[in-house]
Formats: sequence, structure tokens, C-alpha cells
Amino acid sequence: MFKSIKAEEKFIGTLIHIFLIAGALTMLAPFLWMILTSFKNKFEALDSTIIFPAKFVYENYIIAWTKAPFFKYFLNTVFVALACTIMQLFSSSLAAYAFSHMNFYGKEWLFNILLATMMVPQQVLLVPNYFILKQLGWLNTFYALIIPWSAGFFGIFLLRQFFMTLPKDLWDAARIDGCSRLKFFFKILLPLSAAPLTTIAIFTFVGNWNSFLWPLFVTNDQTYYTLQVGLSNFNQSEGTEWHLLMAASTFCVLPLLIMFFMAQKQFIQGIAHTGSKE
Amino acid sequence: MSKKSFFQRYEWSAYFYLFPALAVILTFHVLPVFYAMVISVHSGGMTNYFKNFVGLSNFEYVITNKHFWYSMWNTLYYVVGTVPVQIFLSLFIAILLNQKIKGLEMYRVIYFLPVITSVNAISIVWKYMYQKYGVLNSFIGFLTGIPGPDWLMDTTWAMPAIIIMSVWKGLGYNVIIFLAGLQNVPPSLYDAAKIDGAGRWKTFWNVTWPMISPTTFFVMIMSTISSFQVFAQVYMMTGGGPQESTTVVIYYLYQLAYVEHKMGRASALAFILFLIIFAITYLQKKFTAKRVHYN
Repeated sequence: MFKSIKAEEKFIGTLIHIFLIAGALTMLAPFLWMILTSFKNKFEALDSTIIFPAKFVYENYIIAWTKAPFFKYFLNTVFVALACTIMQLFSSSLAAYAFSHMNFYGKEWLFNILLATMMVPQQVLLVPNYFILKQLGWLNTFYALIIPWSAGFFGIFLLRQFFMTLPKDLWDAARIDGCSRLKFFFKILLPLSAAPLTTIAIFTFVGNWNSFLWPLFVTNDQTYYTLQVGLSNFNQSEGTEWHLLMAASTFCVLPLLIMFFMAQKQFIQGIAHTGSKE
Repeated sequence: MSKKSFFQRYEWSAYFYLFPALAVILTFHVLPVFYAMVISVHSGGMTNYFKNFVGLSNFEYVITNKHFWYSMWNTLYYVVGTVPVQIFLSLFIAILLNQKIKGLEMYRVIYFLPVITSVNAISIVWKYMYQKYGVLNSFIGFLTGIPGPDWLMDTTWAMPAIIIMSVWKGLGYNVIIFLAGLQNVPPSLYDAAKIDGAGRWKTFWNVTWPMISPTTFFVMIMSTISSFQVFAQVYMMTGGGPQESTTVVIYYLYQLAYVEHKMGRASALAFILFLIIFAITYLQKKFTAKRVHYN
């Protein structure tokens, strides 16, 4: 069929690119449509044969932004996601340190209990946690959004695995120099763990930013709404005001997209790493 | 080794390091499992919840309820529609990306974009595209001349619409994982296959497929588990309709708990879902264990 192996290679190479470009366009199309629509006027947005707006209506963004308290939702989300991330990093690295470097009573079964939490789907926790938070008086507070997600086994496990790969001599040498456990943790262990800490930070931040079912359950006061809950309410109240809905969707996904473009290597490596753990 | 006493043997300060994580995980991730069991055998209002002990009647209510079976059927439809397609497409794309092609980084970023965007925002976009006179049907009409269905308003098409959107959304994640798996296959194996005169197809089935089987297994289990928990797409795009054709299990749970305030029934349902996920994961593990090749 082909004159030479080289011609065949070239043909297959072109075919691969055709497939990949078609796929990439499919991935991008909804985003492009979202952005284009966000600049259309109401009537253009209702006619899907119009691709480009006759005039770019920037006001859609201002109207959408002020029609619901999106600025408040934004601040709430940033605060919740950041607080969860910082606390998660803190709590999991400390716990991972204990699990990897110390010998304590009940270590084995404690680790297994934590491992078992990975198997329980979040939905099982929803109803009982609702009551627990209610008894604590935490419903409709930032505590309800932050504290339950300020620690998790995923982070502990990832860091423990990493700490265990570090040479044991490190601690022995430090101890001879009179280094305490706490000092060793802050001065030596943490500075070496930038890569796994970044992975955990990204996962926690993105997870909390996009979290929906949990905040939907534990808050019903607009003061504590996160972006996702706010956006879903906006979706219900605006109906077919597609130009406004697309503007709101755009500014809700934009921060994470920017974050992703700035740190795409870390994102992708983090995911590839968790996948190869099995 | 000298024999130490119980107190000397252990490093008791370890608990100090464990405390923050343990306090949170035990309170909000372990205790609730047992608490859920208690809730699932009681019935009552939101305030005086533990007034009536009702035994297993919440479980009985759920499994004899037709809405539960609708939701179960819809969820299975969703899982079966999503997982195999997702695996096939993402492996295919990962293999294409693994051919030392130009622009790998760019493709990887583009395919990954839907993964990090929130389901809520992107559901609104797809809902807009799925309108009867939306852009998708214009496109279908342009290509085939046949008018497309009213996706989200049609009992036949609503679930496929959610499946297509979910495959689109989750594809990039699995592409990255497969790509990492493919890159871990030692190049020497491909060289050996080449020397033996194996073509592309043969090389794939005899080298690539067995070597990445742990990755495939991981992707299969993870996407099955997460597919059983689908919620936000349904909540945002169809609200479970039309005529319950997209009411999935978690959506039904949400209705029981949040709309009807039947916390006992919702808890019972959550347990049933947990058991089902557990059983399916176990079966998958058992059936595929023989076929998964670990180094």
C-alpha cells in the first residue's frame, strides 16, 4: 500500500494529528461557546446560528456579577479552599511524620482505621455529619465548610509514603547533632517534601473550590454560600438568560483555569503520580 | 536488644503529632459511619430525631420503593454508559499522545481543561448547548440534515446527554493516568517486539495491554466508584427529570434527606449504595485479578 516505511510513518503521523486535533476541538468547543455567548445580547444568545456577537456586550459580566452577591461567594470560596488547604497540609504532614518515623501504641490498627475511611463514600457521611454539625452548632458557619475537610487520609498516605523513601540516616545524623523531633520535621523533612506537598495542596484546593454537595447540605444562608452553590442558585433563578449564565460560568471557572495554566506541570504530575500508586 | 518497659518502648509524643488529623478524621469521617447506622434505624423529625426506633423498616422502605429501583436502574445505565467508553477513549488518546508527537504538552493541557472546571459551571454550558434549538442541534442539523432531539426534555435522550457530557468532562483525567502508565512500559519490550516482526496491533495486544493492565484496573475501579456517585450534573441539568429518567441514586438520596427530611431513609439508602459499590468493586477485583499483570 505504501511505497516505503517512511511514507507509512508519515501517513500514520498525519492520521494521529487529525484525531488529536478533532478531540482537542471537542474539548475546547464548549468553553469557546461559553465565552462567545457571554458577550452576546439576550436575543443573539437565544439563536444558536449566530456564532459571533455583532457587538461585544461586556456589561453581561457586570450585570451577572451584581445580580447575585458573587463577590461574597468568591471571597467565601477562596477563604474556605485556602483554609482547608493550609490545615490539610499541616495536619497530614504531622500525622505522616508520626506514622513514618515514630513507634507508638496502636500504630497498626490506627493506620488501618484511617485506611478504611477511604472506602466510605462521602454520601454516607452526609446525613450523620449534618446532625453532628447541628449538635456542635456549626450549621451555617465556616466551621462546617472547613473543619471536616481539614484532614484526610489521602494526604497522610501520600506523605507517609514519601517520608519513608527518605534515607533513615537523615534522622540518625540529625539526632546525633542534638536535633529534636519537632526541629527535624520543620528544618529537614518539610523542605524536602515540596513535591508531595504541592500535589496535596492542588488536590485539596481544587477539590474544595469545586465541592458542591457538601456546602449545599450544610449551608442554607447566603452569607456562607460558596461559588458552586451560588452559581447553582443563579442557574435556577435566571432560567434562560443564557448570556448572563454564560458570563457567570466564565468567571466561576476562570480562577482555576488561570491557576492551572500557571502550574500545569504540577497538576499533571500530581495526577499521574496518584494513578501509578496502585 | 535490651528489653524496654511498655512506656519506654513507645514514643508517646507521637500522639501530639497525630492529634490534629485524628481529631478531624475520627469526628467527621469515622464516627459518622456508626452514627449513620443509628440514624438508619430511627425515624422522626429534624429536631427530635431519635424518638422512634424503627428497626430495619427504613431499609425495607427503600428497597421496596419503586423510586429506589428507578434510581438504581438509571445509575447503572449511567455507569455502563460512562465507564467503558471513558476507558476506551482515554486509552486511545493516551496511545496517540505517546507516539512522540509534536505538541504533546499543548494537547495534554487542552484535554485536561474540562477536568479542573467545576461540574456546576460546565453543566450550565452543556444545558445551554443541549437546548432544542441549541448549538449542538444546529451542528447536527448542519452535518446530517436531521433535526436533533430535545436532549434534556426527552426521556430517551436525557440520560445519554448526561453521559456524553460526563465522558467529555472526565476524559482528560484518565488520559493523564494512562499516559503515565504507557510511559512506564520499558522501551526494550517494544524493541524486542519489533525484532520479532510484530506489527502495531500485535505489539499492542502482547506488550502494551498486559503491561498497562494495573493502570487499566485502577482507572476502571476509580471511575466505576465515582460514576455511582454522580450528582451535580443531574442536579444542574435535569433535576432528575424528565419523568425521573435521570434520577440517580444520590439525587434520590438528596431528595429524601434535603427535600423530604427523611434522614433515616436517606441514611439507609446511603448504606445500600455503599454496599453495592463495595460489592461491585470486590467483583471487579476478583474477575480481573487474574488478568492484571504486575511486575
